[in-house]
Amino acid sequence: MIRTATRIALGTVSASMLLSGAAMAQTELTMWSHGAGNDVEIKVLNQIISDFNASQDDYKVVFESFPQGSYNDSVVAAALAGNLPCILDVDGPVLPNWVWAGYLQPLQIDESKIETFLPGTKGYWNDQLYGIGFWDAAVALFARKSDLEAWGLRMPTVDEPWTKDEFMAALDAAKESGKYEFPLDLGMNDQGEWYPYAFSPFLESFGGDIVDRTTYQTAEGALNGDAAIEFGEWWQSLFEDGYAPGPAEDPADQATGFINGKFAFQWNGNWRAVATMAEVDDVVFLPAPDFGHGNIIGAASWQYAISATCPNPEGANAFIEFALDDKYLAAFSEGMGLIPSTPTAAEMTEMYAEGGPLATFYDLSAKQAMVRPVTPGYVVQAKVFTKALADIANGADVADTLDAAVDEIDSNIENNQGYGH
Amino acid sequence: MASRLTRSNRAGWLFALPGFSLLFLFIIIPFFFAFWLSLTNQRLVSPNPAEFVGLENYRKLLSVAVVTLEPERDEAGQIERDSDGAIKYPRVRTITRNSDNPQYRGMGEWFRWHSGDNAKVVIASDVVFMKALTNTLIFALFIVPLQGGGALLLALLINQKLRGINAFRTIYFLPVVVSIVVISLLWRFIYDGDDGLLNSLLGMLSFGLFEPVDWLGRTDTALGSIIVMSAWQAVGFHMVIWLAGLQTISPTLYEAAAIEGSSRWQTFRYVTWPGLRNTAVLVLIVITMQAFALFAQINVMTNGGPLDSTQTLVFQAVERGYGKQDISGGSVISVVLFLLVLLISAVQGILTRERK
Repeated sequence: MIRTATRIALGTVSASMLLSGAAMAQTELTMWSHGAGNDVEIKVLNQIISDFNASQDDYKVVFESFPQGSYNDSVVAAALAGNLPCILDVDGPVLPNWVWAGYLQPLQIDESKIETFLPGTKGYWNDQLYGIGFWDAAVALFARKSDLEAWGLRMPTVDEPWTKDEFMAALDAAKESGKYEFPLDLGMNDQGEWYPYAFSPFLESFGGDIVDRTTYQTAEGALNGDAAIEFGEWWQSLFEDGYAPGPAEDPADQATGFINGKFAFQWNGNWRAVATMAEVDDVVFLPAPDFGHGNIIGAASWQYAISATCPNPEGANAFIEFALDDKYLAAFSEGMGLIPSTPTAAEMTEMYAEGGPLATFYDLSAKQAMVRPVTPGYVVQAKVFTKALADIANGADVADTLDAAVDEIDSNIENNQGYGH
Repeated sequence: MASRLTRSNRAGWLFALPGFSLLFLFIIIPFFFAFWLSLTNQRLVSPNPAEFVGLENYRKLLSVAVVTLEPERDEAGQIERDSDGAIKYPRVRTITRNSDNPQYRGMGEWFRWHSGDNAKVVIASDVVFMKALTNTLIFALFIVPLQGGGALLLALLINQKLRGINAFRTIYFLPVVVSIVVISLLWRFIYDGDDGLLNSLLGMLSFGLFEPVDWLGRTDTALGSIIVMSAWQAVGFHMVIWLAGLQTISPTLYEAAAIEGSSRWQTFRYVTWPGLRNTAVLVLIVITMQAFALFAQINVMTNGGPLDSTQTLVFQAVERGYGKQDISGGSVISVVLFLLVLLISAVQGILTRERK
């Protein structure tokens, strides 16, 4: 009885050794992405993976995708359990947090290969490159050309954007026309990363910031200084004076509100541009207004990185380099409407090529974009900022709310021994 | 007692082992773990090793102080008033962000009252936690009579021998079976500020006189809306418990009551209610405990807003532990919550104890 069992066990072992022997030729590289549910993204990724696997004999990339909502949690849980994949994607502003936590290792990619990449696609921390994005995203002010002409408004450009007064005059004109329910839609229902991504550039244009970027040790003065309070009061007036719906806004508005003629202007991302163009013939995408310290929009989208525990970083780097080919960047853009990372890839797409309908977005990304605070503490700071902006929009006292946000950010930085700056 | 549990009872312990080990693994160990973590500065994501910080987290969570604001006076010493005649006070930040008062640093206004010309301001180092605590207590206070009473009423209605009564039982029990996340999403549409079902319904009933209310977007209606929706969701579950209790009451008692000529109210008061005593205690304690665990509705419907009017303890524990990567901060709230629920259950236990 015992002997039979041993024999079966031995047989199984030798059989499995044989099987793994066959697979030994190619080393497996595991790869995770946040894009589950986004068929186009997964399709392009699978294309890259099968091309890469076929192009050489050393490595074989094995791919798994997660829904975006739980992706970050999955990565953190995997890191705690020591099960990180070799290649993974990371949201640009979160990257410093993961590097600091020891999840990632620097990329070993030829600098010349990424020379022409948009600044927002490169994930640097302490002067080392940890992540590289296959695309970037940008936001713009959606408007109708016919309205601008009817209300006698100047067409703003990236080089000569609207000033604060011109922007408010435009909102007033929209209000007086009575054509729309609200002059402006900001997508206030989406209280996730949208808030810091879309709205912190306004604060920066007023002269404030989420955190003092010279030291990253405090938010005092940056988030509650005179410029920030001026921003906060302007922000509150948008909702109190009926220019825009507040945080209790209908979630569907961000997708269809502008198209359905509910709003004259909409602050929205390039990922909504194609759908909007299909419905609104004369839609134009205007650059962010300049509130005094430049016209700024947020930069950095998802980027690919290599985990610190990856046993085959050479293979992972080879894969990422392989994927940086213009034809793949263009394929992502064509499929998802995202901004291609390089000008040469942009030329290969219909939308972003010179004179293409979305070419403005490429210019916005190249000229206006500013990354969110590059610090491991950003993850927490973004949450605090989001709550402060929602509270101010709901009528909370501006100075007190910003003070409370500063206190929370400062105490968090202190609890983390300065986040390694 | 101890001897009966240990002596020749191997089979009993063996049968209990799977249950006990699960309880131990997922309830008891995590609790001691949380208690330990609440005394450290453990982070979710950090290269820094956790350090023991003693009761510092509790101090940060629970510190409150009262400061007095004196009215602003003009040069003549007269109290300054704004256009509505309300007295003008200096801002609280002139005290909390003043280097003369380092002990108030980082604290913010929770609420204030007026005594004479002065304003007394209660400042707390964690205002959001204080609001979450208050909201949770308010929620528990309203949900217990609403849900328990509603469930009893439904159980009494259902406990009749009528044709098709099972259909009603099923309907009332339906919300319990559906996921709370799905229910929360549906109620978000019901409460929608423009054209939600509730607003349309009220508008129709009042022939258009009713002005649409943004139920979840206003500080004075948000928590109430969540209370009503939560009561509706779980009422079916407690109805079944009441029903079980009702069916243990012997029919002979009702017959006797009928022969004595008691009215319906008298029957309920002197036959049904005493018979439901143990069920009532169970329902009371279960609803209270569930009320303190309020999370999913908040997470789906309001995220604690507007202006913290729907913050709750469990929501804050999760928000801090995972959202803000502060495991120790989440643990402190969990421990405080545990002690609170323990205390309230103990008081309820004493109050409802059978007197002999």
